[in-house]
Amino acid sequence: MDELASVDRLGPELILLAFAGIIVLTDLVVQRRWLVVGSSLLAVAGSLIWTGTLLARDMRGSAFDGLLVVDNFSLFFAFLLAGIAAVVILASIDYSERFSRYQAEYYALILTSAAGMMLLAATVDLIAIFIVLELTGISLYILVAFLKDIRSSEAGLKYLLLGAMSTAVTLYGMALLFGLSGSTSLDDIAKVVAAANDDTRAAVVLAMVFLVAGLGFKMAVVPFQMWVPDVYEGAPTPITAYLSVGSKAAGFAVVMRIFFEAFGDRSISSDWSNMFAAVAAISMTVGNVVAITQTNIKRMLGYSSIAQAGYLVVGLAAISSAEGGFSLGASGVMFFLVAYAFTNLGAFVAIIAISNRINSDEIGDYAGMARRAPLLALGLTLCLVSLTGIPPTAGFIAKVYIFNAAVQSDLVWLVIVGVLNSVVSAYYYLRVVLQMFLEAPASEERVSAGPSLGLAMAIASGGILFIGILPFLLLEVSETAARTFGG
Amino acid sequence: MLSFIVFFPLLGIAIIALLPRERERDSKWVAAATAFVVLVAAVGLFVAFDRDQTGFQFVQSHTWISGDIAHFDIQYLLGVDGLSMAMLVLTALLGLVAVLISWNIDLRPKEYFAWLLLLEMSLLGVFTALDFLLFFIFWEIELIPMYFLISIWGTGRKVYSAWKYVFFTFFGSAFMLVGLLVLGFAAGTFDIRLLSQMEIHDALVPTHVLFFLLIFGFAIKLPVFPFHTWLPDAHTDAPTAVSVMLAGVLLKMGGYGMLRICLSILPDVARDAAVWLAIFGVVNILYGALVTLVQTDLKRLIAYSSISHMGYVLLGLSALGQVGLTGAGMQMFTHGVITGLLFVMVGLVYERAHTRQIGELSGLAHQMPMVAVVMVIAGLASLGLPSMAGFVSEVMIFLGTFGKHGALTILGVIGILLTAGYILWMIQRVFLGESMPRWEGLGDATAWWERTAMIAMVAVIFLVGIYPAVVADIIETGVEPIVGRLA
Repeated sequence: MDELASVDRLGPELILLAFAGIIVLTDLVVQRRWLVVGSSLLAVAGSLIWTGTLLARDMRGSAFDGLLVVDNFSLFFAFLLAGIAAVVILASIDYSERFSRYQAEYYALILTSAAGMMLLAATVDLIAIFIVLELTGISLYILVAFLKDIRSSEAGLKYLLLGAMSTAVTLYGMALLFGLSGSTSLDDIAKVVAAANDDTRAAVVLAMVFLVAGLGFKMAVVPFQMWVPDVYEGAPTPITAYLSVGSKAAGFAVVMRIFFEAFGDRSISSDWSNMFAAVAAISMTVGNVVAITQTNIKRMLGYSSIAQAGYLVVGLAAISSAEGGFSLGASGVMFFLVAYAFTNLGAFVAIIAISNRINSDEIGDYAGMARRAPLLALGLTLCLVSLTGIPPTAGFIAKVYIFNAAVQSDLVWLVIVGVLNSVVSAYYYLRVVLQMFLEAPASEERVSAGPSLGLAMAIASGGILFIGILPFLLLEVSETAARTFGG
Repeated sequence: MLSFIVFFPLLGIAIIALLPRERERDSKWVAAATAFVVLVAAVGLFVAFDRDQTGFQFVQSHTWISGDIAHFDIQYLLGVDGLSMAMLVLTALLGLVAVLISWNIDLRPKEYFAWLLLLEMSLLGVFTALDFLLFFIFWEIELIPMYFLISIWGTGRKVYSAWKYVFFTFFGSAFMLVGLLVLGFAAGTFDIRLLSQMEIHDALVPTHVLFFLLIFGFAIKLPVFPFHTWLPDAHTDAPTAVSVMLAGVLLKMGGYGMLRICLSILPDVARDAAVWLAIFGVVNILYGALVTLVQTDLKRLIAYSSISHMGYVLLGLSALGQVGLTGAGMQMFTHGVITGLLFVMVGLVYERAHTRQIGELSGLAHQMPMVAVVMVIAGLASLGLPSMAGFVSEVMIFLGTFGKHGALTILGVIGILLTAGYILWMIQRVFLGESMPRWEGLGDATAWWERTAMIAMVAVIFLVGIYPAVVADIIETGVEPIVGRLA
């Protein structure tokens, strides 16, 4: 009976993995694009529904002898990541024609990586965490190289090598923790960390640093961001979108899980809070400043995603001394991740639609896009405005909310760094808007999005405005989820 | 009722958006009708306003966002006191004028009028919002329409000027956001009504720093020397209607914010800062006036004169007394109408002569007597001739400040002389003097929309000049509680 409940709790991910297998196997027999796309969308829908029923049946609890846990936090990320996967699949439909024979593998890999990401938020044991990290990582290495041209292959190789390195570093941190505690469960580690004396403290801090370095790769924060621009530029654009929101969200999920649960003790939390504050300040600044000089829109959004990760890390650093401790920053991070997911996915959908037609990712070639594709240009403008953090968009509320958390944790200096960075970022975000609305178009040919991209764009824009104008629903949800970490 | 006024422009935008392309020229009718309804409603509110009662009237309050972990509560809270009532009427009046004088816009009229209405909405929101965060949201929304209006429909170095405008404002508001969050955390609320009854001594940063954070954004907007450099560029390169809104209403956001936020929430610091306000005010007056004297471009001349006139507002604020503050409020109102009218006239001249170089123009009174007469009226009002609006406010400001900062006030009065100098000299060079054959074919202002705009504003100038109580009384009720705090 107990095993059955465990499997039940793993259900949302199992659906994705099962469909991934089915899709690849079916493709050996019948090769139909609509079949592949349809079944992968079906898989995501099934996963979402299953997650919904877990919530409705109140199936919160741990599974597989404490490897896995279903709580508000993991449910939140299950919804978010499955939603992201759905939009990425929608955005891939037109794009994936370029992969001709390998479409089934492409969609199957999206599903397996989505399952891995969802599990990252749910696993509470170092071994399990490591395995799902690899599941996610390996799927993504392949997806990045999927175009098989020079740039894409280079990107894939780079991602693989740096990813392997970061995995090794993560593993080293985990090994240290295991050595200290003799257990791989985060709960047990938390007890050892809380009881750390001066002798063991240094080892705990060292493990912490290794974990930040290894997982910082997933979050794409400075100084672990070296891979971002090349990989973002070289990868298939839907995968770039996927990396920039899905992989990042999962990275934040696992970092929150490990740090809030295993390193939650007061004696140590101020140490990593300072570390995250420094990482946040550097990430925001480097990301924004370097983004200014970019001429390729995918590279620009790559650096922008580094900067956005910096804003997110502000939430990790925001540990309030008041009651509620971690949940303050945690709910900030979660709210921001949802807002950012809608915004960045919207931006990439517009880029996919436009570059499908003009075959270029250069910002200069976006000139006059407002005439050639008024709705797309308006949608992209909305996304860029949201990334800048101007109301009435999701990005604005998210930024204010996370900065508010930082102020309440006495991090006023970090907030000042953050708001000044927003000013810098306005320059490169609005420059794209300028190109689209002011410059003369290179040709008068219309650029249209097609139904699937149009739907994805509508979802993203609707989400941006909805969260921007009526944020209380999402706010309530992310606060509920954040209460998982009482701290 | 207030919500109706603030959000009615959105209805206009929706209708404009739905207009088919072949009927896009009708968007001006939609915009005019919308602005007219707003004006009628605002005047109705002005009449219904109870002048015997201090405090806020027509208050509407709903909980909008409520986050209990982060104490992140935003109310949808609108209300007007005497001060905001005056600003509301001013915005509604100039909003209609701005639409009327844009009657000849042919370039992308749908977008143009939609942005103009969005601008009006955000301004109405700024002057009625009583929740600090809501205020900030409206404050930020205003950036986007301005950016587009200047960079698409402007002249000259329009793109550069639009950037500069956005950056200066955004930079200032970045600091305001930090101040706002710190203030909100210290006070536990963003409700301006409550904030301006509290004594705030204890915040995360010293209250002097907090005051600076808050006033910085307003100082850029007003603008205060040396943060004024965006103003001449933005004014000169913006289309006429936008210059009208910019000089008439947007600058007042700065003065209004100082009164509503800085002076009334942090009165203790305001007392310490008063002498600095006075010094900066006098520098503004004199610097602005001196630079105005050497201008050769008609529009730039009016732009610099605005800097000088906003110095009076600052000087009036520094008095911290009933007369001075009422004078500052009056000056904001009258300057809005007068300078708005001056920009309208310059726009009419430019539309006909296609030059704004004072050196090239001469004797235009021969060709366009009506424009000349109205220009003379506006000019005389601007230099503070008795029986016209400008006189009342300047007298009140000087009366109010003389007792407090005697020497500085005397220096400030020199500004009046300089104003008389540049205004009269400009009128003499442009409208009087030899009639030039080059301008033989120019016509007078004959179109109904031009005349309506001119007559409405001239009427207001005389009305306020002859019977100042109509506005002064209402502003007085608004500043009374603030004066009470400052005493």
